[in-house]
Amino acid sequence: MVNILYAVLVLGVMGAAFAALLGFASKIFYVETDPREEAVMECLAGANCGGCGFPGCSGYAAAVVRGEAPTDKCVASGPEAAAKIAEIMGVAGGGGEKMIAFIPCSGSAEAAELKFDYTGPKTCQAAMGYGGKGTKVCSYSCIGYGDCVQACKFDAMHIVDGVAKVDREKCVGCMACAEACPKSIPVKVPYSMNELVACRSNDKGPAVMKACKVGCIGCMKCAKECPADAIQIKDFLAHIDPDKCIRCGHCETVCPRHIIHSQD
Amino acid sequence: MEMLQSLLSISLGAILINNFIFSQFLGCCPFLGVSQKVDSAIGMGLAVTFVMGLASALSYVVNLVLIHFGLDQYLQTLAFILIIASLVQLVEMFLKKSIPSLYSALGIYLPLITTNCAVLGVVLLNVQNNHNFIQSVCYGITGGLGFMLAIVLFASVRERLQFAEYPKSFEGFPIALVSAGLLALAFMGFTGMKIW
Repeated sequence: MVNILYAVLVLGVMGAAFAALLGFASKIFYVETDPREEAVMECLAGANCGGCGFPGCSGYAAAVVRGEAPTDKCVASGPEAAAKIAEIMGVAGGGGEKMIAFIPCSGSAEAAELKFDYTGPKTCQAAMGYGGKGTKVCSYSCIGYGDCVQACKFDAMHIVDGVAKVDREKCVGCMACAEACPKSIPVKVPYSMNELVACRSNDKGPAVMKACKVGCIGCMKCAKECPADAIQIKDFLAHIDPDKCIRCGHCETVCPRHIIHSQD
Repeated sequence: MEMLQSLLSISLGAILINNFIFSQFLGCCPFLGVSQKVDSAIGMGLAVTFVMGLASALSYVVNLVLIHFGLDQYLQTLAFILIIASLVQLVEMFLKKSIPSLYSALGIYLPLITTNCAVLGVVLLNVQNNHNFIQSVCYGITGGLGFMLAIVLFASVRERLQFAEYPKSFEGFPIALVSAGLLALAFMGFTGMKIW
């Protein structure tokens, strides 16, 4: 009986002592945090993808509350979250169109010529170091060992037939893939845009012809035919201005190399 | 002199011969969880070392109180867990205020030390082996260092593994467990070594 009493007493005293200690410590080591920070955190996707350029979601939330970051930087959580954050911060939110990643390369195993047989480590970073810029003849091409697949936190990136492919529905446009890609191949494009040039080679036409069966040769046909004057040829490569493009899809039909198409 | 000898044998034992992870298999959860990168492994090792050392010292004092009241038979575990939990909380608050960079680097793993069985293992083994105060603290700190050695070694191996070629079915945890087993096997070489 006495033992039980002692046990209760000793543990009770210990518990009280530690509670007092922690109570004091929490006063001494009190760190002031803005309650809005937590509210902003609630709105974010929580994937810590780093697409906003801040160290993780909490870093971005802190920056927003300090007023150092715009409220619509989190592409992963979408425009609704941006609006919610703007409401918390009491500023007007700038909702934009949903942007996703796109791989401007079609150099699949069938289309692109190989420079040599590569047996080194199966990562793009490593393959970059051998004989220069990957295993394919075209030095602009996607290497296809999937460093971007590793980097994607949303399972939106896959290697299909030796070229990275973006899953339009899963991609949130955080561009972690572009960070991981040794050639920074992935680019940001509007979700609604279906006229995309799936090539990034700045080589002249004949060189592209030799390296790849589908690459853009800069023949100017699309630029001439575009009704909205949205296409320009720069460095032997077609560039479509997403703001001018009226999404008519005419370029898709006239391209002799069939290199302009939607992502799927 | 005798004291020094015993401290040396405790240290070597805790770091190499009876390494907490590789021969006692305590604290395997953070060992697998925080060993993706060498940097975070070092941070985790330091935090565990710190908590283990402090917990050993405090639990030695509390154990004396328990023995005085004749409660040490059945209250030890409970009291020790209370100590460890409070200590981790204290360390967390201290780090948040004083070294925010380390605090954010450790992230969720700092509070997780509370449930790390290696920490409870250290304080219980201290009691079991009748260590005095200095020996307890020494065992706690060197046990933590042994943990750090193990986790940093393993993290380095895992970093290299990313570039290795192995069958697809081994990808991820299986290959990590296989390499952990091989590392443990290497540490088995220390078994039976005796110092004085």
